[in-house]
Parts: sequence; structure tokens; C-alpha cells
Amino acid sequence: MLVSIFALQSSEKPFVTTPASVAPRKTALNARHRSLGARMVNFGGWDMPLEYSGILAEHEAVRLRAGLFDVSHMGEIEIRGGGALALVQWVTCNDAGKLSAGQAQYSGLMTPRGTFADDLLVHKISDTRYLLCVNAANQDSDFEHIFSQEIADIEIENAGPRYAQLAIQGPRARDILQRLTPAPLDATRSYHFTFAKVSGADCLIARTGYTGEDGFEMYFEPQFSETLWDRLLDAGQTAGLLPCGLGARNTLRLEAGLCLYGHEIDDATTPWEAGLGWICKLEKGRFLGSDALARQREAGVARKLVGFEMLDRRIARDGYPILLPGPQGSHEAGRVTSGGPAPSLKKNIGMGYVPPESSAAGTAIEISIRGGSVPARIVALPFYKRPH
Amino acid sequence: MYPAGYRYTKDHEWIQMNGAVGTVGITDYAQHELGDVVYVELPKIGTPVKAGQSFGTIESVKAVSEIFSPVSGEVTEINAALANAPEKLNQDPHGSAWLVKVRLTDPSESASLMDAAAYENYIAEKKKDNGS
Repeated sequence: MLVSIFALQSSEKPFVTTPASVAPRKTALNARHRSLGARMVNFGGWDMPLEYSGILAEHEAVRLRAGLFDVSHMGEIEIRGGGALALVQWVTCNDAGKLSAGQAQYSGLMTPRGTFADDLLVHKISDTRYLLCVNAANQDSDFEHIFSQEIADIEIENAGPRYAQLAIQGPRARDILQRLTPAPLDATRSYHFTFAKVSGADCLIARTGYTGEDGFEMYFEPQFSETLWDRLLDAGQTAGLLPCGLGARNTLRLEAGLCLYGHEIDDATTPWEAGLGWICKLEKGRFLGSDALARQREAGVARKLVGFEMLDRRIARDGYPILLPGPQGSHEAGRVTSGGPAPSLKKNIGMGYVPPESSAAGTAIEISIRGGSVPARIVALPFYKRPH
Repeated sequence: MYPAGYRYTKDHEWIQMNGAVGTVGITDYAQHELGDVVYVELPKIGTPVKAGQSFGTIESVKAVSEIFSPVSGEVTEINAALANAPEKLNQDPHGSAWLVKVRLTDPSESASLMDAAAYENYIAEKKKDNGS
């Protein structure tokens, strides 16, 4: 619906995916979104808010004040038992052995080829209990994938239905959330979490997010969704907090240079290619895909993910060809994986893959837009870094 | 909401006739569907346009959309103010944020388009289909 009013020609891999003929799933906040007048969209099989007051206003609220996101569509998988760490270590590429209880880690769920089955957050609750937060559309396939690995002494639960999730993000997020919880939020450092009540509801409160700002993601039972949503909106009203949809979530994560599964990463891309070598720890021992990843590290990659900025006002969109100028004219070097306006930077930006020899910051490229070549320049990632 | 003197297309453009020249824009429904508009690409003056064919693009934060001409003719004027203030398309789509003026090859052509009442029925049906 979003993109259908005129003929849309932007996207081979649309940000908004609409699986045919499957009734979209609803979070416990669906009625709240509709009563707030949200424009709804099918995302990964879920009926989700795209925007309430507008993507630009919501984006700005998160950068300057605070925003509240319903991210209950995200999937949760719990791994319990004496073999829990061994299983997490086997299926993910980061080193979960380095985690203390109460710590979270960004990682990749690997295929045997060393490519991404998904990207995820690994939360270590205890030596025998890990909570994985995975992408909505991948939840069931991730669960099957993990379940099919043969590791002794474990219990794996596809726990999505047991969890709702809210994200409060922005420079004022901590102060707003602190009004509703006794949790020591100041003492909860980035990528750490704590268990506490928020407005009477038991929550796992993690200092994580997907916006490039400080903020928290809260996991709790779906029955508390409306209470928490209402209280957080109330508590944030004077601070300028806005309810925010997936549209702003996407512009915020793009400015922060964060990957989106199905765009920058998928089951054909490896951590080395995606600039995610920092989450790929071959030295931790063998894991799913580690042999292939060791070989690729030795041989080198054929393409690298880069960020770029447009040098005129036209906008690169997902799927557009990236061209490299050469003596025989320009030739296609790769594709845009995500592109759009960067509201906080007042320019148009994107990410995409190019050959490694053409990946240095400053390299001149062109983006093919509706038959024309538009000049652009490779720049260092992230595009946006918060000032505080 | 939808001015009575205008004619409307199924692609959500409007045209307001003044003699042989029609002013063309997008409807309020269209701007609402697009969301925040950040860039508008319009044709040069003198460009021939054909009914149902694309003559420009509108970029919102989320998507790019083509604009289809409601009629056939030639562009006589473009709304240059939109270059530096594309957000006007969200604020005043039926007024100051018109896109182009077109001299029609056949000035009676616009009569075949929907009037305001027919267009309002048309988008009411669309909204029902979309479940919103």
C-alpha cells in the first residue's frame, strides 16, 4: 500500500515486504497503533506501524529527544541447559564465551557456508540460559536451523509468543524510563541488561538499540504491552517523546551504518564482506561456517560493503546499480543495498557492495537512477555518530 | 476536501482547466500515501506529455513514485518553488504545490476524467480494500 499509488520502480528488494496471501500477524499493540492514526504496513509478515506523525518528525524526535517503538514483531529464541553455551558458540560467529551474565552481544547466526542465516543479539542470562533476539521474518527458520544442530543437554524454545518488546531510544530515553522503574539505569552500561519492574511489569531491560542513539529495549509478557506503551508515552510527553514507526527506524539505522537483514546481509554474504569482521571470532574455535570463513579470510573477499553519499539531490534506492567510472566508460560494480535521505545529515546516503580495490573512502562512484548516472562518493561508516 | 472544479485520475493526479491550459498536481490522498516529500523532479518547459505517461518523479523519505500526466499536450510552466520547498506537496497539494501547467492538444480531453464526487468514491473504495 505504501508504494503502490503510482507505479513504483525503486526496489528489487523492497524495505516493505509483503508475502502473498498470508494474513499478517499483529502485535498486542495493534489497536493502539490504529487509534493513534498510524499508517500500517506489512513487514516480514507482521502488520506494523510505518509512521504516525511522519518519518521526518519521528526521526528528529529520536535524535534530539526520544522515540518509542513497538518492536514486538522481533523474534526470541531461548536456549537452556548445560550445553547452552556450546550451542550458542556453534551456531554464532561472535565469541559468546566472553559474555558475563547480564551482558548482550551483537552476532551472526551462521550457515555452513559462513554466510548469515540471520543477525541477532545474544543475551547471557546465566551459564545455562541464553536469550537470542532475532529478526521477525527469520524467527521460524532460525529456530529450525538451531534445533537441527546436534548438541547434547539443551532445550531450545521458539519463544516469540511469550515476549513483547518496546524500544525507547534517544538522548532523553534514560530519564523517561527511569521515572517508571527502580532499575539502576545509569549503572546499566551499553550492551548490558538488568531485570526490573517497569510500571509493575517484569522486564528484561537492555541498553541496546537500532538507532545510533542511547536507549533501551525492554522484553516482557505481551499482556503488559498496552500498559507499558501508555505509561511510557505519558512519561515522555513533556520531554517530547514521539511514538515512532518502522520508517524512522530505517532512516535512523541507515544513518548509523547498521545492517538490515535482507539488504546489507543475507545468506549469500559473509561477515568479512559486510564489514562485520569485528563480530567474527575464528580464534574461539570451530563453529558453523568457520572453515569457509577461514578460507575466505585467507583468499580475500571479492566485494565489500561501503557507505556512500550522493553528490546531487537524487536518491539512491535499494537495488539500484553502483557504477565505477573507467576509461571505457562506466561499468556496473555492485548494487545499492539500502539508500535514502539522511534527515539528520541533510544529504542522501546509501550502502552497497563494490570490489575491494574500489572501496576506499573518497572513491568516486555513480549510481544509476532511472537511466541516468548520478555522481556519488564513498565515505567512511557510520554516517552518523552521536555527539554525547 | 477535493475541489469541485478539478478533474481527477485513478493515479491520483488532478487537473484544473483554464481555457486550453490545465494546471496539474497530485491529490491529498497521494501526498498522504507518499509521506514526507523530499524531492520533486519535473520536466522542462516545452516537453510534450501524453495522457497516462510519466512526466516526472516524486521522492518521499520512503519511496520514489512516478507522476503520470492526466492529459496530452505540452508543458508551458513548471512550479519552480518546489525545488527548494518539496514539503509544500504535503502541506498544500491542491493549491500552491501544483506541479506543471500543460497546454492540451485537445482541450476537451479532461472532461473524460473523474469529477470530485467520483474521485471521492474511488478513494473510499481503495481505503476499504486497504483495510484502513
